[in-house]
Amino acid sequence: MTFRGAVITFPGSNCDRDMAVALEKVSGAPALRVWHGETELPERLDFIAVPGGFSYGDYLRCGAIASRSPIMRAVVGAAERGVPVLGVCNGFQVLTESGLLPGALMRNAQLNFICRTVPLRVENNQSLFTAGYDRGQEIALPVAHHDGNYFADEDTLDRLEGEGRVAFRYLDTCNGSRRDIAGILNAAGNVLGLMPHPERAIEPDHGGSDGRMLFESAVKGLVAA
Amino acid sequence: MKVRIHVSLKPGVLDPQGRAVHHALEGLGFSGVDDVRVGRLIELDVADDTSQAQLEEMCRKLLANTVIENFRIETMEAAR
Repeated sequence: MTFRGAVITFPGSNCDRDMAVALEKVSGAPALRVWHGETELPERLDFIAVPGGFSYGDYLRCGAIASRSPIMRAVVGAAERGVPVLGVCNGFQVLTESGLLPGALMRNAQLNFICRTVPLRVENNQSLFTAGYDRGQEIALPVAHHDGNYFADEDTLDRLEGEGRVAFRYLDTCNGSRRDIAGILNAAGNVLGLMPHPERAIEPDHGGSDGRMLFESAVKGLVAA
Repeated sequence: MKVRIHVSLKPGVLDPQGRAVHHALEGLGFSGVDDVRVGRLIELDVADDTSQAQLEEMCRKLLANTVIENFRIETMEAAR
C-alpha cells in the first residue's frame, strides 16, 4: 500500500519543502502538495502536515489567518474523521487557532527569537506519532520560533496531563511554556502539534536524526493499519 | 460607521511585551508605573446597519483569540 501524505502550503510557509522531503525519505512515496486556497484535499490521505513558517506574515496573530483559510476547513474535517494531522511550529499555531488543539502560542517569555537545538523528553509513546520512541526518552530537536510560549488555563493543563496528551516536554525552559510543554495531542490522538522541528532532524548530516522516528512511527503505523 | 475593536490579554496571562515596555519606562526614569499591558487596536469602517452581533462574531471568529484575549467594541457615532 502506498503512503499518501500531503503538505499544506500557505503564503509565508517556509518549512513546507523540508516537511515534504522528510515524508518522502521516510515513506518512499511522493508527498502531495496542497495550496491554501484549495477547498478540498486530495482523496484517501493517510497523513496531513501543516508546516512551519510565517503564514500570512504572522499578521494579526501567528496562525490566525491561515486557520481561517479555505483549505483549513477541509483539514479540520479530515482531522475530525480521524486522519492524522501533524502541525509543526507555525503549523502548531495554526492548529490551536483552528480549534483542533487547545491553548494558544504566545510571544516567548524572554521576547527573543530562539534558534537552537533543544533537549526534549518524550512523555507519551502511545500515539501514532510517538510509538517508536521510548517513554521518557530524551531527544534533541531544533527550535526556531518567536511565539512558542504555550499557554492554556490550569484546568486545560490538568486535563492534558491527566489524559496523557502532553507528547513532548522541554528539558530546559526555553520559551516560558506552561509546564514546559513542547507538543500536545488532541483527545483522539490523531492530531499532534509541536514547536520543535522533527523534519529538520531526519539525517545525521543535518545535525541530528532524532526527528526521523516521528515520521517512521506514523508511516509504519499507517501502513500496518 | 467607524468601529474600534480593543483587544487585550486576559488578566493573569503573562504579557512579556508589556513587561519589556514597563522596564524601558523605568529605565527612562518614569517612576510610579505599576504595570504595563500591551494590546491591539483594530479600526473597522463598516456599513451603518452592521449589528452588534455581527461585530461580536467578527471578534470571536478572527479578531481576538478568546483563549488568551478579551475584546471591547467601541462604536463611533458618524459625524453629522
